[in-house]
Amino acid sequence: MPSPAYHAPDTVKEATDLLAANKGAKPLAGGTDLIVQMQSGRMAPAAIVDLKRIAGLKEIREEADHFAIGAAVPCTSLKNNAALVAEWPGVVEAANLIGSVQVRNRATMAGNLCNASPAADSVPALVAAGASVVVAGPSGEREVPVEQIPTGPGKTSLGDGEFVSEIRIPRKAKGGSDAYLRSIPRTEMDIAVVGAGAQVVVDDSGTCTAARIAIGAAAPTVLLVEDAGKALVGSKLDDAAFAKMMEAVSAACNPIDDKRGTVAYRKATAGVLAKRVVEIARQRAGGN
Amino acid sequence: MNAPEAKGSFKFVGSRPIRPDGVEKVTGKAVFGTDYKAANMLHGAIVRSPHPHARIKSIDTSKAEAVPGVKAVVTGADFPSIEDIIVRTGESSGSALDMSTNIMAKGEALYDGHAVAAVAAVTKQAALEAARLIAVDYEVLPHVIDINDAFAAEAPKVKEGIQAADLGEGQATRPNVTMKFPMAKGDAAAAMASAAHVVSGHYSLKPVHQGYIEPHAAVATWKADGKVDVWCSSQGQFDVRGLTASVLHIDVGNVRVMPLEIGGGFGGKTTIYLEPVAALLSKKSGRPVRVAMTREEVFRATGPAPGGEIDVKLGADADGKIVAAEIDLKYSSGAFSGGDVWAGAAHSINHYAIENYAVTGWNVLCNMPKHAAYRAPGAPQINFAVECAVNDLAEKLGMDPIEMRLKNAVLPGATGPMGNTLGEIGLVECLEAAKAHPHYSAPLGANQARGVACGSWMNYGGPSTAAVALADDGSVLVTEGNPDIGGSRASMALMAAETLGVPYEKVSVTIADTGSIGYSMVTGGSRTTYATGIAVIEAAKGVINIMRERAAKMWECDAGDVEWDDGKAVCKTGDNAGKTLTLAEIAAKAGATGGPIAFENGVNPLQHLPGYGAHICDVEVDKETGNVSVVRYTVVQDVGKAIHPAYVEGQMQGGAVQGIGWALNEAYIYNKDGRLDNAGFLDYRIPVASDMPMIDTVMVEKANPGHPYGVKGVGEVPIVPPLAAVGSAVSKAVGKPMRSLPISPDKVHAALNGG
Ligand SMILES: Cc1cc2nc3c(=O)[nH]c(=O)nc-3n(C[C@H](O)[C@H](O)[C@H](O)COP(=O)(O)OP(=O)(O)OC[C@H]3O[C@@H](n4cnc5c(N)ncnc54)[C@H](O)[C@@H]3O)c2cc1C
Repeated sequence: MPSPAYHAPDTVKEATDLLAANKGAKPLAGGTDLIVQMQSGRMAPAAIVDLKRIAGLKEIREEADHFAIGAAVPCTSLKNNAALVAEWPGVVEAANLIGSVQVRNRATMAGNLCNASPAADSVPALVAAGASVVVAGPSGEREVPVEQIPTGPGKTSLGDGEFVSEIRIPRKAKGGSDAYLRSIPRTEMDIAVVGAGAQVVVDDSGTCTAARIAIGAAAPTVLLVEDAGKALVGSKLDDAAFAKMMEAVSAACNPIDDKRGTVAYRKATAGVLAKRVVEIARQRAGGN
Repeated sequence: MNAPEAKGSFKFVGSRPIRPDGVEKVTGKAVFGTDYKAANMLHGAIVRSPHPHARIKSIDTSKAEAVPGVKAVVTGADFPSIEDIIVRTGESSGSALDMSTNIMAKGEALYDGHAVAAVAAVTKQAALEAARLIAVDYEVLPHVIDINDAFAAEAPKVKEGIQAADLGEGQATRPNVTMKFPMAKGDAAAAMASAAHVVSGHYSLKPVHQGYIEPHAAVATWKADGKVDVWCSSQGQFDVRGLTASVLHIDVGNVRVMPLEIGGGFGGKTTIYLEPVAALLSKKSGRPVRVAMTREEVFRATGPAPGGEIDVKLGADADGKIVAAEIDLKYSSGAFSGGDVWAGAAHSINHYAIENYAVTGWNVLCNMPKHAAYRAPGAPQINFAVECAVNDLAEKLGMDPIEMRLKNAVLPGATGPMGNTLGEIGLVECLEAAKAHPHYSAPLGANQARGVACGSWMNYGGPSTAAVALADDGSVLVTEGNPDIGGSRASMALMAAETLGVPYEKVSVTIADTGSIGYSMVTGGSRTTYATGIAVIEAAKGVINIMRERAAKMWECDAGDVEWDDGKAVCKTGDNAGKTLTLAEIAAKAGATGGPIAFENGVNPLQHLPGYGAHICDVEVDKETGNVSVVRYTVVQDVGKAIHPAYVEGQMQGGAVQGIGWALNEAYIYNKDGRLDNAGFLDYRIPVASDMPMIDTVMVEKANPGHPYGVKGVGEVPIVPPLAAVGSAVSKAVGKPMRSLPISPDKVHAALNGG
């Protein structure tokens, strides 16, 4: 078992060149998935391309219509950006549920996304927020909605030589907010049995004008449950709307029975968590 | 007047100094099992069976041996054939042959993770590469893991050629049952038939791991003179020495074991896994070899405590006096006989005075690693069943559950179910303290409920050696042979300080290797502060006697005219009457008065007493998700005398936390192919700090007359009651009996939704 080659490029271009040149190369962000997988023998990359030295990738930029979060920004840093915390408390909370303080000082949201676990905590929150990513590759950049990156457990839509260089979250709508919750048997250091993220926008009359609901750990990839959002839009977020929304969530779930939870349990809990995150998001948005 | 024997008037005992090993441990400098390095050391790796049961047809090591840097390969064939002698394994005893076969499979792999070969190489990478290249030809055989399945007459045999125990009439056909342990008194059936109130239930528990944070590791070197040196962390270097010598079939005197710091054991490090492997690899390669387990290996090949399938039926009269108990408990011991079921039976009702009982324990083999001791081995499982049933009975009678227990509690002087006389035990005091505790009457919030349980552990004493020596500046050097897991260095220093009358800071404690002091049994069975404490006190008294002689020499009087009082020799007669010499003054003159002052002695005290505890637990259940949080928890325990109260409280809290984890989340999960599916702390869920409320502790101090300072064992009792305290609380909150552990969120959710 020869050790993989280690590269620490300074530019996005160098990184895509290195990735394109080495079929078996893997990008390295915080390494909290990659290194663990290498040590357990589940993953044996031929080369490692460390993204942390690339200029700009450890920064959060506040643009007019979006936040741009570099791929190497560790989860802990998200909490230091007051504007981001104010506009997307759910995303920041989701990323800061990951592991422990020590893990979060290294772990990134881009790594959480590209590891493509259906249980990744920050992903439902990003999907609910309507986030996209910038994919850098040998032939330039493209912008892709977050939900289109994972294609199955451990699989992504990224092509040869491509990596995620940036996450973009739109500036929040007036009257909008978000939230994320997960269900775990313990209080931390655990993997979501089910996770739910929500973004809701309410107008001055308390009517829901937009809603995005995303569910984690209940299907091979994180689900954007469009019907659940639709069930809320136009309502005053009353019990009837909630019931319809929860039904849509349970119907969309396609979980497996495994050591972390049964199908029945996951379906039921997904609905419960969805209801709770919508309630939190509504309160944050200033509704009642 | 020698050492102060008077209870309650202590100068140092009962204070809370910082443990001497503490700072080194929390700053990462202490040398634990995997930290130890020997010059020129090779790195080992172990090949493990991926099958729960398979015949090993052949093992081809040629490719592994060709890997550059590989210096040795061993398989079961390299292990000496040994007779099936019985050797002490910590808290129980076991067969040396079983131990050897568990350490390295011989012809047959008996569980997922069973070691089948090992290699040593100059780097860890080369060793792992070589291990991958060892080709084992397996013929997969039928396996069985679940206790109920394994108990069946038609079950697949856990190993080829096992001799089922003679179970008496009609039972001889169960291939995997190795022991039937009956315990009876009076006429349980008749008493049950005439009881005013009867409750019954079936209770299930999965195997659980001890969950120590430090994985096993050992370095061994087989020297040219045939002597083997071993460095490892364990609960007892002397028993590691004895077991290693038995498995290697060499004289005990040819093995020397150096104890390293231990990162948790909880009973699981009273046995051996790696030491003989490292020794044989060293013998073949001529170099020291380290073998260390990964976390996955720890889960697949060490521990666990048995699961259980238990039926309990209790009958009470109209006043709540329990008149009959019928209990049937099946435990597993893994793929080797032995196990905890007798201790389970013995602890089933030993906290109650019941006139009629019939208790039957069964030990069942299954395709799992050889089970190991875990804190009060065998007691928590049966206590879960019995205490939940007692709570059901109290509910049925409309009686307060602590009142019910007080009515039935065993009293000092009673005879326990194993025929032992119970001396100054403190169950009643614990129950009364629990009842009076503010927690017991505190109001509960929404979706909250309260559970109580009490239980006991027999504790142990047994052989220990200690030495006390003085340095010429008055420093006191205590040398003993028990690894310090829970702060025992500090407790030994306090007892030496108390006996000698010198400040705690003057006493240094060394835990010696097996070549440097006489035998001490493991740190286990809640015996160390009790038994090794007596060895230290006796050694200190020996030093006092020497100091009295030396002072007499200096005063030119009789040693009989010199008394030891509060750290000083006092002359009682003659010209020097009233004069004193301090320990330091006598030590400074040791050269002129007869040479170094030191005293070593071995003791074998058996006046230990069982310990009792009562726990109160409040839980809150999230009725929509089934999540359970423990919101308040109180441990009340009779501790005899707390030598170092902070470390006694630590034991009480730690035991409770492990019991809470056992109740709510911990379990071995095997897939249908018999492979362990959760061999890591992600899916084997021990509690994390944020899961726990502050665990309140109440120490009841009812001194043990069999110890100079009143010590009773405290380490194991606190893991006994939590399973039932938590289980009963959740059952109440849910409104349905939760009798299958762990009570995970999906089970609670199912119960709440009609499951
Ligand atoms: C103790 C512990 C606890 C954990 N708890 C949680 C938890 O509670 N919730 C949770 O969701 N996760 C958890 N994780 C998993 C992990 O920490 C997260 O998924 C984390 O966000 C991964 O980020 P990273 O930067 O460390 O990724 P890395 O390990 O560096 O990378 C992960 C994967 O993504 C690839 N990759 C990384 N960055 C990019 C990129 N920019 N473009 C393309 N591919 C990329 C890598 O090649 C690799 O395959 C835990 C891990 C540990 C060790």
